[in-house]
Amino acid sequence: MAVPAPILQMSGIGKQFPGVKALDGVDLRLLPGEVHALMGENGAGKSTLIKVLTGVHPIDAGTIELLGEPVAFGSPLAAQGAGISTVYQEVNLCANLSVAENIFVGREPRRWGRIDWPRMRARAAELLARLELDLDVSAPLSTYSPAIQQMVAIARAIDIEARVLILDEPTSSLDAVEVEQLFKVMRSLKEEGIAILFVSHFLDQVYEISDRMTILRNGRLVGEYLTKELSQVELVAKMIGQELAALEKLHGEAKVFDRSLLEARGLGRAGAIEPFTLTVHEGEVVGLAGLLGSGRTEIARLLFGADHASAGDVTMDGTAVSLRTPRVAMNHRIAFCSENRKSDGLIPDLTLRENIILALQATRGWTRPVPREQQDELVGKYITALKISPPNPEHLVRDLSGGNQQKVLLARWLILEPRLLILDEPTRGIDIGAKTEIQRLVAQLSDGGMAVLFISAELEEVLRLSHKVGVLRDRRLVAELPNDDDLTMDVLMETIASGGASGGRAE
Amino acid sequence: MTTVTLNGLRTIPAKYVPVLVTACLFVAMFVAGGIRYEGFASGQVILNVFIDNAFLLVVAVGMTFVILTGGIDLSVGSVVALSTMISASLMKGPGWPPYLVIPLVLLIGSALGMVMGYIIHAFEIQPFIVTLAGMFLARGLCYTIGTDSIPIEDPTFTAFAQTRIDLFADLWISPSVIIAAVVVLVAAYVLHYTRLGRSVYATGGSEQSALLMGLPVARTKITVYTISGFCSALGGVLLSFYMLSGYGLHAVGMELDAIAAVVIGGTLLTGGSGFLLGTVLGVLVLGLIQTVISFEGTLSSWWTKIFIGLLLFVFILLQRLFSARRT
Repeated sequence: MAVPAPILQMSGIGKQFPGVKALDGVDLRLLPGEVHALMGENGAGKSTLIKVLTGVHPIDAGTIELLGEPVAFGSPLAAQGAGISTVYQEVNLCANLSVAENIFVGREPRRWGRIDWPRMRARAAELLARLELDLDVSAPLSTYSPAIQQMVAIARAIDIEARVLILDEPTSSLDAVEVEQLFKVMRSLKEEGIAILFVSHFLDQVYEISDRMTILRNGRLVGEYLTKELSQVELVAKMIGQELAALEKLHGEAKVFDRSLLEARGLGRAGAIEPFTLTVHEGEVVGLAGLLGSGRTEIARLLFGADHASAGDVTMDGTAVSLRTPRVAMNHRIAFCSENRKSDGLIPDLTLRENIILALQATRGWTRPVPREQQDELVGKYITALKISPPNPEHLVRDLSGGNQQKVLLARWLILEPRLLILDEPTRGIDIGAKTEIQRLVAQLSDGGMAVLFISAELEEVLRLSHKVGVLRDRRLVAELPNDDDLTMDVLMETIASGGASGGRAE
Repeated sequence: MTTVTLNGLRTIPAKYVPVLVTACLFVAMFVAGGIRYEGFASGQVILNVFIDNAFLLVVAVGMTFVILTGGIDLSVGSVVALSTMISASLMKGPGWPPYLVIPLVLLIGSALGMVMGYIIHAFEIQPFIVTLAGMFLARGLCYTIGTDSIPIEDPTFTAFAQTRIDLFADLWISPSVIIAAVVVLVAAYVLHYTRLGRSVYATGGSEQSALLMGLPVARTKITVYTISGFCSALGGVLLSFYMLSGYGLHAVGMELDAIAAVVIGGTLLTGGSGFLLGTVLGVLVLGLIQTVISFEGTLSSWWTKIFIGLLLFVFILLQRLFSARRT
């Protein structure tokens, strides 16, 4: 099959942000009349690549060629002028303006220098009709749903004689019917010879609509593949980038879990996570595996009361409980180490001791301060137990390494002696030594009877630690697998990719 | 589309509601005044409000542009004072003719606005701080020219001050009102029928989105502060017609009157929503409060401030309610 000349060719793109190499030697080519999926986990560099292509950021290295001519866009406006239109994940329109204006603002039809409102409304209605939408174009955009707003954004994008249309996660806020409608529009645009760059976390959608894909990992190019020649398992492996070697398990002999601690039945939150049923036993480590955005953190937040459940109930020790707020959850001795230790957890300008004592103090209320002696004793105990370095309680947390900061956060919750400890990405961004220490600690805690919900993007880690693995995909708990000898990396990836027995979302 | 039903008779788009509320308030105040005070219910009372507040109206028009982008301009009162001072001193000392002085003053005001707009944009500093600095700067410059009031005796200025333009039935206005009316009409046209105007609304709606939609956000922001500077200078010229003097203590606190007028006129302080007609009504309401207080006779003029304060509270609460309903 002859490959036509690409409309857009990016070669050897490099982009450096302070302290981070966001892109390094990335190539991307878009062919006319093709939907090209850009794949990679969060932080792989997809957004940065789109931003350098559309002129939001300048490139540090490499070249961009449009129709064979080298180009460099100084602003999104320049990129639009050259026929590269972008629809961003967050709807980037002005909700205070009318639908028609959102499509045309900046290039309104004019007559004798003044905006020709009647013509603008007529043309807007025409364009929307092409997308099979019938809206009141003079109504403010804020009166329509996010899905409709997304369509309006696309209408705006295709009005600019687009040659390249970039859709950055356009489906994340759409339901299945709306996704179908969007795909129909995408197919008809494809037939007009427009090259479409499609970014989505939903693998099923990528396989349904895309012809070709480029995979990024950690700012580097993994490769370009034809969608029909790459299986979902291979895709996931390439995105996560792990050797499929056999791994030792931390837990020795199999334990028997007979005392259920927490049971969630049909628990769910509209738009965040579909109803799931999950049982956590005392002393059990339950791993949650899935790609980023698959709903792992959402489960954790529901169980900690950080978000309200819209369906289902939770029982602890056989009695129904209502986890309305984190405070209630804490009273039931549930602890949650959040994913983002910098912004959600630690206070960098306070000392190690103050950070560790924070949650304990919070449960007592400010009228009953923890006596200093008790503070010193507790903090000393956990500094030794977790091998926090430097072992100086008055050291500022800001100056600690990532791994030690994570341990401080852990210590804060361990002081409360929780019965269920939720760890969301406890090992992200810390070095291998600290990582294994935290893993060992989790194993020790569970041997001591504490239940742990362990969330990690690293499947290897989940496999090593967990007694049971819940697999998530597209905001659904698709499988619950006991971690026995049959469960290997391959099986886990297979499950993540195929969505277990229940199939995917857009099918 | 979001609508509010009035008496079940017809529906009005939500975006017009704040302006309508202000209009109703104005009518209610006028009717109440007419019932309570003899001689209040005449056309000339309203025209006098225009005559006495023409300069405020012009300044408030500039402020409307700035607030629509989500910014604020605290320097306007000082720029007004500076304009009166420059006009008076140039005509009195070197004896410059008005046709040189007025363009120069307008140029200085616009330039000040443009510089502030540029600083706000280029260094991404809060407009509040930048224009606060501009306010002190302009007010200070007044005193470098002179600490006393400088009278204006130029025949053109006095002619402008004293001319009465007769309308029908004994009603009259001053030339300043015509200038203010022209400014309002031009500004309304710019806001609703030019790309600049729509960019102003888009920038106020969401600056980030406007940027990603490829709108010239930088140019728009600098332009609105320039417009505000121009309007302040023009307001200063109108104030010198009205006062026939230049003085560093003129228009103290006028920036707050202008902001109050814009907010009472239904423009959201967060930007992106509001109409110029609202600002006109806002100025009228403020002026009418003063008129009512002077008709009352026994109340001190501080009551004006008290009423404006209360009105502002009410209108800001109303804005909150409306924006809450919309989301």
